[in-house]
Amino acid sequence: MKRIFPILALLTGAFLSYALYLALEVAPTEQTMGDVQRIFYYHVPSAWTAFLLFFINLVASVLYLVRRIPSADRIANWVVIAIGGVTCIAAFMVKQLPQGVEPSSVATTGIGIAAIYFLIRRYFSGDGADALAVVSAEVGVVFCTVVLVTGPLWARPVWGIWWTWDMRLTSTLILWLIYVSYLFLRRFSSSSQTAVLAAALAIFGALDVPLVYFSIWFFRTQHPQPVIGGGGSIDPRMLHVLLINWLAFLCFAGLLCWSRYRLEIVRRQVEEAQALKSLESVR
Amino acid sequence: MSIVSITRATLVKDLRLEWRSKDAINSMLFFSLLVVVIFSFAFDPTAEESRRIAGGLIWVAFLFAAVVALNQTWARELRNQVMDAYRVSPAPANGLFLAKALGNFIFVSVLEALMTPLFVIFYTLRPLGPAYQLVIVAGLGTWALVVNGTFFAAMSLRTRSREIMLPLLLFPILIPALLGMVEATTAILTGEYSAKFWIALLVAYDVVFTIGSLMLFELVLHAE
Amino acid sequence: MNFLYAAYAATWVIHVVYLGTLVTRYMRLRRDVDELKRK
Repeated sequence: MKRIFPILALLTGAFLSYALYLALEVAPTEQTMGDVQRIFYYHVPSAWTAFLLFFINLVASVLYLVRRIPSADRIANWVVIAIGGVTCIAAFMVKQLPQGVEPSSVATTGIGIAAIYFLIRRYFSGDGADALAVVSAEVGVVFCTVVLVTGPLWARPVWGIWWTWDMRLTSTLILWLIYVSYLFLRRFSSSSQTAVLAAALAIFGALDVPLVYFSIWFFRTQHPQPVIGGGGSIDPRMLHVLLINWLAFLCFAGLLCWSRYRLEIVRRQVEEAQALKSLESVR
Repeated sequence: MSIVSITRATLVKDLRLEWRSKDAINSMLFFSLLVVVIFSFAFDPTAEESRRIAGGLIWVAFLFAAVVALNQTWARELRNQVMDAYRVSPAPANGLFLAKALGNFIFVSVLEALMTPLFVIFYTLRPLGPAYQLVIVAGLGTWALVVNGTFFAAMSLRTRSREIMLPLLLFPILIPALLGMVEATTAILTGEYSAKFWIALLVAYDVVFTIGSLMLFELVLHAE
Repeated sequence: MNFLYAAYAATWVIHVVYLGTLVTRYMRLRRDVDELKRK
């Protein structure tokens, strides 16, 4: 495994450079915003990557908690299968989907959720799932920070303001806050069961997300604010560049997670060994 | 032993202890008074503007007072190793949690009842919207503060810098509820729009997190 | 226009800083492993 890593790193570097070239040179210039709009090709993929990583954290946290109790484990399996199945069926049965939402994307999301859950369950044991939770939270915060920095840098030249209570920016900010507090809990907790506490916090964070969404949505209807990032349809050439950039960043995030994961495993082994050593020296 | 009897027994015990010692109550009351005075010095608007920002001011003041109160929630239990006794007993953990949350709710409500007239006096507040809704908002908002606050206070027990850990964990998760409380209060005070959506949001928030806390508290109690 | 380059630069600064922390932590772990092996 270790020999593949440098090769993958080089490939990812090349891919990212290619994606950067596409974003800066090849993508068409936006009509109203001009070249500054190209920040979009870094801002949006980072946001999607961060959300994906936070979702992985949620799944890993739930798995960690649920694996300890066999009955809960079975129930969770069925719940996830149900989620996948229901979204698939509902995607094609529901007549009126919200604007811009395709049935295929809803179905893919449902299947994706189930797939991620079972893949993590298959390849990560109890403690491995906990390590994955830490890793995805940390790398997720890094990408989230990128979103929060590039967002205002995009907003300032285009709309004249640094910040606005825009849906994506605000929910990103709150997610960032929740996960930074998650990382603080991990670092400051001196309990032997930090993993359980952190998993509970991750679940609370996930419960919070829809509430955040609705509260901001209503706040914006009562206090109209500018929209950053624009909705509506997107030029297919821009979409192509966007997706390439997202793929490149996903590869990069994957490598980051892999390195951090190996680091975490070694760190835990070292901690255990040190604890054993200090116990032995007492005897 | 049922949840109800556990809850009631623990709650009565806590209230009786508080009433007898009065140390927490007195310091908290004075702290709340100080907060109102400081805010009044820091934000001194005319009567017109005051209605617009009073909602935010009041809830931020309540929030800080509540955090100080919540930090003491489990301190007494820790001192006398009561937590270990609870862990070993067959009593359902939910009972303990509910008792703590209800006790905190009562405590923080008392503080709010003290701070509100002071705010009204300093800011010359008069609600232009339906005033009865303020009580509903106060109740729902305080429960949101307290239910998550009690849960996170339990989580922070075995952390370094325990006192700062509680607000660190609580504030991000509380943001939608805070938005709801402030917007609802402002809506009622200014009378410009309806607070109904925000009240519905607060209800949803309270339901979600009460259930979440009750389900996960057992884990947290044993995770020390 | 400057904002565009600032945004791209900021992105990579953040990533490089994080990679730096990973490298530092890895080196510290290596030191700890060596220490454990010695004892």
